[in-house]
Amino acid sequence: MNALAARRRHPAAIAILIILGLFLTGAVYAALAPKPADATTRALPAQSVEEGKALFRANCSTCHGLNAEGRATGTGDQIAGPPLAGVGAAAVDFQVGTGRMPLPRPDVQAPANNEIKFTQDEIDSMGAYIASLAPGPGVPSEEAVDPTKGDAARGGELYRVNCAMCHNFAGAGGALTRGKYAPPIEGVSGRHIYEAMVTGPQSMPVFNDANLTPESKRDIIAFLYTIDEAESPGGMPLGSLGPVSEGLFAWVFGLGLLVASAVWIGAKSA
Amino acid sequence: MSTAPTRPADALRQGDRPAEARPGAAARTVGGVAGWVDDRTGAAKPVGYLMKKVFPDHWSFMLGEIAMYSMIVCLLTGAFLTFWFVPSAGHTIYDGSYVPLRGVSMSEAYASTLNISFDIKGGLIIRQIHHWSALMFIVALVVHMFRVFFTGAFRKPREINWAIGSVLALLAIIEGFAGYSLPDDLLSGTGIRAMQGFVQTAPVIGTYLVYAIFGGPFPGEMIIPRLYSAHILLIPALLVGLFTAHIGLVFLQKHTQYPGPGRTEKNVVGFPVMPVYAAKAGGFFFIVFGILALISAVVQINPIWAYGPYDPSAVTAGAQPDWYMGFADGALRLLPGWLEFEIFGYTVSMNIFPGALLLLPLVYVVLGVYPFLERWVTGDNREHHLLQRPRNSPVRTGIGMAAITAYSVLLFASGNDIMAIKLGMSINDLTWFFRIGFFVLPPLAFWVTKRICLSLQRRDRDTVLHGRETGTIVRTPDGRFFERHDTELTPDQWILVQHEPVAPLELEPAVDENGVARPAARKDRLRARLSRFYFADAVNPVTPEELAAAHYHGEEHEAIEPSETSASGGAAPIESAEAGRH
Ligand code: HEC
Ligand code: HEC
Ligand code: HEM
Repeated sequence: MNALAARRRHPAAIAILIILGLFLTGAVYAALAPKPADATTRALPAQSVEEGKALFRANCSTCHGLNAEGRATGTGDQIAGPPLAGVGAAAVDFQVGTGRMPLPRPDVQAPANNEIKFTQDEIDSMGAYIASLAPGPGVPSEEAVDPTKGDAARGGELYRVNCAMCHNFAGAGGALTRGKYAPPIEGVSGRHIYEAMVTGPQSMPVFNDANLTPESKRDIIAFLYTIDEAESPGGMPLGSLGPVSEGLFAWVFGLGLLVASAVWIGAKSA
Repeated sequence: MSTAPTRPADALRQGDRPAEARPGAAARTVGGVAGWVDDRTGAAKPVGYLMKKVFPDHWSFMLGEIAMYSMIVCLLTGAFLTFWFVPSAGHTIYDGSYVPLRGVSMSEAYASTLNISFDIKGGLIIRQIHHWSALMFIVALVVHMFRVFFTGAFRKPREINWAIGSVLALLAIIEGFAGYSLPDDLLSGTGIRAMQGFVQTAPVIGTYLVYAIFGGPFPGEMIIPRLYSAHILLIPALLVGLFTAHIGLVFLQKHTQYPGPGRTEKNVVGFPVMPVYAAKAGGFFFIVFGILALISAVVQINPIWAYGPYDPSAVTAGAQPDWYMGFADGALRLLPGWLEFEIFGYTVSMNIFPGALLLLPLVYVVLGVYPFLERWVTGDNREHHLLQRPRNSPVRTGIGMAAITAYSVLLFASGNDIMAIKLGMSINDLTWFFRIGFFVLPPLAFWVTKRICLSLQRRDRDTVLHGRETGTIVRTPDGRFFERHDTELTPDQWILVQHEPVAPLELEPAVDENGVARPAARKDRLRARLSRFYFADAVNPVTPEELAAAHYHGEEHEAIEPSETSASGGAAPIESAEAGRH
């Protein structure tokens, strides 16, 4: 005890303490961290990998390379498409399932597109192929994205803390720098919401299971479904864009109506 | 009982002198109630005076009325809201009928606003009317101000009322901000948080000020109750008091009128308050109320349930203040970050301070002193009761447009993110556009407006001098053709020549006749220079001599009517200055 007290002021003591602390934290974290629960992902049939590879080579390799290793455009450090090893089947399902991929032309951002080029089976095959290259997040199971099993109120709180700064309080979307934007998330399926969170497309951060547990993700999905379905109390929401659209409405329609009535009553002589 | 015959007691007093010999005779004609009131207050005479006052009629004179009525609607609906609103930051768990927030922890202020919206009958529509009329109040007030400015209605003797109006405008936006911050939703909390940041940028005292305002560190429990007393007591009292003075001065000084035949600096042509004007104004109140209610019934405003309760760690895209605070928010968005620096270990936030703390008072002070400035420059100390056509004061009109442009650039800049997504543009490009626009567009607006005014004035002169082209081709006996110009001034063209000619002030010599330098010479030089700025290229109205000369050179067969047309106000009675002064 005495010997320890004497060395208390040794210069190395601090370093040792820090290392100990870090080690402890790491150990506790490893023990307690939520593991990527297998129940949350859907299993993909193995035989479709070959089929997926063929589809990928035919449709995606011009940008992503023959083996999904990524390709440069040749001008500067611009890429035609990023390497895809490790992005997981979830990324493929999200990108192709929302019509973002195959990208029609390079732009600041790949926009969602209603024209989906592939059947769900084909998408699953390509996902299986990409997942076979390196492990990555998988496509969520039905249960993981079932809005009826989530808690919308808790999801709302999580949404406002994690997502509203980019996507707006009502999921109406918002601007990011240099022409990039967070798109509206009205009418997006639960599976794609989930996949967006686990893969973090483009400027969106990745919300892995340590940041947001699968249950929290389901709560957020439940919240987004609730506000999608709720009819808006109080009348037309003016795009749910906040005070800007309200001010514009006041100046254009409010003032217009009031001035028109002033002109009308002013023109009425006695 | 009511049909009982005259009682004998009345008969006893038959010979008495009747009691009607009081000055309230005018009110008696209105009805028994007015007479009853007059007997007890003697109000008939002043009320009769007010009722006989004549008001000129024009739609643009009703903009102020729109503002007034919207404010009254705010007061009425606001009183309703106080019955249920709980101004407390106290913590509670929501269990009302809005499902997506059940079980969420929030402040009592927010919970009570949800309650008003979802569980109190008629609560939501009243909240929406309150908020829409707050927005419309300030819109109408601003447009009313434009009218007063561009027609020169603020000139002597109405400078004081202009200054009162500027204070009202400032109070209105502070009132709005306070109200907007009450429900403690995500946006109002973000607004208060921003306000705290702004106050903190006050050099040296910033941090202490924040402690004083919030009663401790942000957010604390104090700010909502404090904003509440400001919002429902302090500022409304000031608003109503100043507003009464504002209207009182209008009565006292009489309303201005647009120039026209028969209208002079000494009379008011229009309708008496009773019955015409009162009926119109009373009806108009219900029209305004109706329109506000209609808008509130079909268009949602401030959906606080969608914003969620305030949480310091959350923000939302599209977080903007209500429109009237937008210009300050826009200024903040435009100020570049490198303006922040450190001096003697203190951080000086010049990237925030000018937009947050300087701009707001500056705008309203400049607004308030403008009439005094213009009077000093023009040296015009006469009273004015006839309005000016904006074109007849090109420099003032230009200044007004430049100011509106600068304000609008800031206002639009506060919506740069919404514009970016809706127009598919880059927010960075938009910000640069507004930054440059703030410096380039106002002078441009000034120049363009002034040019337009001058050319309109020249066209007016042309019309007077050469008449309107009638399209009638006349052939003279000796075979010449010409188009007849109609040079007769019709009564409505009188407006083209009624305004006063102007000229820059002459500079007095810098030294007096004894060769002693006058101490005021420097100030005079500035004044003369400003006066030249105002009037150097003035286009003055056609004088009778010019008119005569023009017609002399013109076709002989055209008769010249005297330009002085007599009053043709029709049925409108004329209140002479003498009549109005008893
Ligand atoms: C025109 C070129 C182009 C084509 C064709 C294309 N992509 Fe992409 N892809 C991109 C670019 C560029 C990105 C990166 C930016 C982005 O995410 O939008 C990308 C991103 C992706 C990602 C997300 C990577 C990550 O980090 O999450 C996936 C998955 C993907 N592509 C799959 C595909 C698939 C599958 C196809 C074929 C059906 C395809 N892409 C076709 C250009 C292309
Ligand atoms: C930093 C800003 C940012 C944050 C925070 C963010 N997102 Fe996104 N999000 C984006 C961007 C940018 C895209 C567009 C990606 C693309 O087009 O590939 C996007 C796309 C999405 C999409 C796809 C929408 C569509 O049209 O297909 C969903 C769903 C989504 N986000 C949900 C969320 C959720 C849920 C959260 C919170 C957990 C969140 N986002 C947080 C920026 C953000
Ligand atoms: C005169 C101009 C006034 C303006 C410009 C104004 C503006 C506002 C605004 C913008 C809000 C935010 C409200 C919302 O969307 O819910 C608000 C809330 C409120 N105002 Fe006013 N207001 C005015 C007068 C008054 C008066 C006179 C009262 C009370 C006597 C009042 C009582 C309230 C209350 C209680 C709230 C908060 C509660 C709520 O939203 O439910 N207001 N006000």
